[in-house]
Amino acid sequence: MVRFENVSLSYDGEHATLRDVNFAIEQHSFQFLTGPSGAGKTSLLRLMLMALKPTSGHVSVFGSRVETLSKPQLTAARRRIGVVFQDFRLLDHLTVYDNVALPLRVLGQPESKYGPEVIELLQWVGLGDRMRVLPAVLSGGEKQRTAIARALIGRPELLLADEPTGNVDPTLARRLLRLFAELHRSGTSVVIATHDLGLMEQFAGAKRLVLADGRLHVFEPHS
Amino acid sequence: MLHIKSLLPRKSLFPKAVALDVVQGRLIEKRRVALVQRDSISGRALVTVVAIMTFLATLSAGAAFLVAQASDGWQHQVSREMTIQVRPSEGRSLDKDAAAAAALASATKGIASVRIVSKAESERLLQPWLGSGLNFDDLPIPRMIILKLGVGPAPDLRALNAALAKSVPNAALDDHRLWLQRLDTMAGTMETGAALVFVLVLVATALAVGFATRGAMAGNRDIIDVLHFVGATDGYIAREFQGHFLRLGATGAASGATLAVLIYAAAGLFEHFAMATAGGDQLRALFGSFSIGGRGYGVIVMIALGIALLTAFMSRSVVIRHLRGLY
Repeated sequence: MVRFENVSLSYDGEHATLRDVNFAIEQHSFQFLTGPSGAGKTSLLRLMLMALKPTSGHVSVFGSRVETLSKPQLTAARRRIGVVFQDFRLLDHLTVYDNVALPLRVLGQPESKYGPEVIELLQWVGLGDRMRVLPAVLSGGEKQRTAIARALIGRPELLLADEPTGNVDPTLARRLLRLFAELHRSGTSVVIATHDLGLMEQFAGAKRLVLADGRLHVFEPHS
Repeated sequence: MLHIKSLLPRKSLFPKAVALDVVQGRLIEKRRVALVQRDSISGRALVTVVAIMTFLATLSAGAAFLVAQASDGWQHQVSREMTIQVRPSEGRSLDKDAAAAAALASATKGIASVRIVSKAESERLLQPWLGSGLNFDDLPIPRMIILKLGVGPAPDLRALNAALAKSVPNAALDDHRLWLQRLDTMAGTMETGAALVFVLVLVATALAVGFATRGAMAGNRDIIDVLHFVGATDGYIAREFQGHFLRLGATGAASGATLAVLIYAAAGLFEHFAMATAGGDQLRALFGSFSIGGRGYGVIVMIALGIALLTAFMSRSVVIRHLRGLY
């Protein structure tokens, strides 16, 4: 699904954020991406999202090398990925409902078609009574749930989540994890970048990708 | 394929009826929300700039229109009239020569009327410059003959000139060609100048829109990023910006055009009320009519539409160029 081959990344040409990274994300897999702050977790997720070009090496997504993809092909590939940003990236002038509906709206779907799904998902993440409000009045946890709902509404094949439980209470965190587990069971590959050891303990069967000093160490579940 | 329903607990916490009620109620029918924020300081500034530019464009186009209209009027008036000047000559009768020249002119096809300006009339015309109490019999005052042209084919002036040279050698035909050429040159220069100002205003508008679009792109960087990540195509993003700038451009162009229409209407009213006064007559004689008529107002509307479309086109091309540079 995603394959990194000798991938290095440097923003300034001198200091490497990622060095010679090799790993693969298989279909229907579940993995945590972890490491200390500044280790490059977000950069790695952005490479998977095709928002960055590696300085060297190759990134393949859904079987195609990213550098060979045309703009329409990149767009088509991004539509198969759901992403939850650490800073949420909600559009401040759109309501919660409109933010969550965005991935379906850009596909050109009529609201009569996607409206029920958006409402159903918002109710499930506990925002059924907050659909008409703007993100500015939401708490951190509510913003987080809105961002998660937006990532899920397009039924992605691959879900990338950057610290998805960082701003929610333990009860909701468990609920969100159940949601990620459901997604995984239904065939979605999930990558969660997190510092939360407790979260990782709950998914002992998940692969762990640990970033340290720009290098990636892969720990299979049995190890 | 994953379906959201499969993620729900078996006993949904929220009755389906509630969701359907909301769907069939307000949310489904609510207005489509613009992805690019409508109200911003830069947006309002752009509306003002476009309004001013549209106003200037309509003024320059209107000036060209009025000059062309006045020039046509002058040329029409001057070209429909000619004069024969009969100078006093030793041993010849001025009255007889004037009558002979008038007869030749009357016989020429294409000349509708011939009028000899009488001696008394000539003296009355000269009086303001030469003063009263002067014996005009002592002055060699030429006799003027005014010829009015008909609406048909132009008279054969070469033949008339030849006939005058043969029968009345002291007569000279003036067809005002020199004046016509000068008027034509002057009107052409003014029209070219106005057209140049019009083009410069359009270029300045396009540049202002280009800068505003770049500013909007920088200010909406997060929105563009998010749209990219959720799978929006460059065309979709460009359309959102194009729609945003079309709205701003249309608002500005409509404001500028409305102001221009009001100014031209006020000038037309002023002209109407000043028509009977001496000042009004002189203004009208010098500048022609201030009224641009239905055609002129139509041109203003077309200019406003053109500027609104130019705004949309310019913003789209800037956005597309910017998006091409992104990964």
